[in-house]
Amino acid sequence: MSSSLDALDPAALQLGRLEAARTRRKAHLQLALRYLILGAVSVLMLYPIVWLVGASFKSNAEIFGSAGFWPSSWNVESYVKGWKTSTEYTFATYFLNSFLIAIPRIVVTVVSCVLVAYAFARFEFWGRKTLFSIMVATMMLPHVILRIPQYLMFREFGWLDSYLPIIVPSAFATDTFFVFMLVQFLRGIPRDMEEAAVIDGCNPLQLLWHVVVPMLKPAIVSVIVFQFIWTMNDFMSPLIYLSTVAKYPVSLALKMSIGATEEVEWASAIAISVVALLPSVAVFFAAQRHFIDSAASSGIKG
Amino acid sequence: MYENRRVGFLFALPFVLGVLGFKLFPFVMSFALSFSQFEVFRPPQFVGLDNYAQLAQDPSFHSAMGATLWFVALAVPLRVGFALLVAHVLNYKLRGIGFFRAAFYLPSILGGSIAVAVLWRFIFARNGLVNQVLAAIGLEPVMWLADEQHAMWTIVLLFTWQFGSSMVIFLAALQNVPTSLYEAAELDGASKWQQFWRITVPLITPVIFFNLIMQLVHGFQEFNGPYMVTEGGPLQSTYLLSLYIYEESFRYFNLGYGAAMSWVMFAVVGAFSAISFWSSRYWVFYAGEKERAK
Repeated sequence: MSSSLDALDPAALQLGRLEAARTRRKAHLQLALRYLILGAVSVLMLYPIVWLVGASFKSNAEIFGSAGFWPSSWNVESYVKGWKTSTEYTFATYFLNSFLIAIPRIVVTVVSCVLVAYAFARFEFWGRKTLFSIMVATMMLPHVILRIPQYLMFREFGWLDSYLPIIVPSAFATDTFFVFMLVQFLRGIPRDMEEAAVIDGCNPLQLLWHVVVPMLKPAIVSVIVFQFIWTMNDFMSPLIYLSTVAKYPVSLALKMSIGATEEVEWASAIAISVVALLPSVAVFFAAQRHFIDSAASSGIKG
Repeated sequence: MYENRRVGFLFALPFVLGVLGFKLFPFVMSFALSFSQFEVFRPPQFVGLDNYAQLAQDPSFHSAMGATLWFVALAVPLRVGFALLVAHVLNYKLRGIGFFRAAFYLPSILGGSIAVAVLWRFIFARNGLVNQVLAAIGLEPVMWLADEQHAMWTIVLLFTWQFGSSMVIFLAALQNVPTSLYEAAELDGASKWQQFWRITVPLITPVIFFNLIMQLVHGFQEFNGPYMVTEGGPLQSTYLLSLYIYEESFRYFNLGYGAAMSWVMFAVVGAFSAISFWSSRYWVFYAGEKERAK
């Protein structure tokens, strides 16, 4: 072997080495380029949010004075002022209200969506295919069209100015995205365990509770996270249904504080925006690995 | 046991009731309402096609529809295109990929919130972040929010910025493309660019299609951005249809007129979806079709 190598034209050998080095360099360059793109995009994605945090400690004048993150002095005055709001309630009330909407809503969403997803993924029943198509179709239905009649319905029920219009529909698996996500997830789980449990004499409910729910846990976490953040972000529903300021959630209170402080107290509006984002950001980072993956698996794969 | 029809239906019952009560019934009712003159505290009156006739002559409706179509035409391709591009760059084994995914996904999660809309107002203010950056690189500041030529871009960018959910779906699809195809193409001397257009894109057309339809539906309904960031202005240049429907229905309580408008929006979204579905025969390829047949 070595003799044949020695016999090789040294120039050709050199050329070969150069070639190898070039491809290696090219690979390195490509990797560097890829990181460069990713880095640049991350800055575009995250800098606005990071800037918001920095700006929340700046004075009114400084907010519009520099694009930098670092405030000249760490001023928490805006937080104090913003938290108090111009209403008779502090943001503590509005946060509490937000949780009073989000927590019951999450509970009824998880229960109803798991039940329905279980039915779709594991049972054969009359109209199953039609119902499933209806479910997918409602994901594409512009909800604008349902707003007015739903408003009239809830007015008829005497539910206006309460949280019921926001919570109750979720008890009937109307957030079909979640059902869809759970069904996709269940489809990826083999049925062996369930079959074994059936042989052991499990009834469908026991099966659901003891076998299916534990396996569904990652997907359920995603449902909780999504529903929490979406409910915190929801602005339209409280805007339409709530009229008493004491019942406002954070989103409405924030909008109100902007309106009231037009051009005067920017700093406190920014500070309170940071606070409003905190719960969602915290929940996002606590669970992001989980739910980015299950959001991905809800993509159309089969 | 999986054949147990009654039990299965029982589990699906919440959905059946929910879809009937909170979706189907309101759907039909809004159609009926669109033919009525209805101001909350008076009983509705049947007026036939009057609302629609009025819409045809309503300059505010025309401008809102125009702005909405303009918004969708800019924002949806940008969001989906950007999502695909970033997913493509992310679809390699890279160190720190988890960080990038989270970084790109975060704005989509927070993007719908009022806090982010507030943020956007400051970013595009006269002395805001964007103009400060422009000044730093020696460019003229732009009146983003006060100029009707530019205001639309602020909400288009806000929409595009939230490309994360489409990206995540693209990423899942890209990971299903067999690497052997790229290896074969590489041997045949295909460039990366050719590989992207000849292998990647054709294989994920179903997912491109899915994302386009979903974002179309979202785009037409965009509300928080224009409502908070530009408040529909200046000169109604960002006064999208969703804002007009909201104000007409829940501020002036012209519920019949609002319902008619939402049905026109539904028809337009439906038409776009129908065109997409029709055209999909020519550009969407389902690789799994053979598998599905067996």
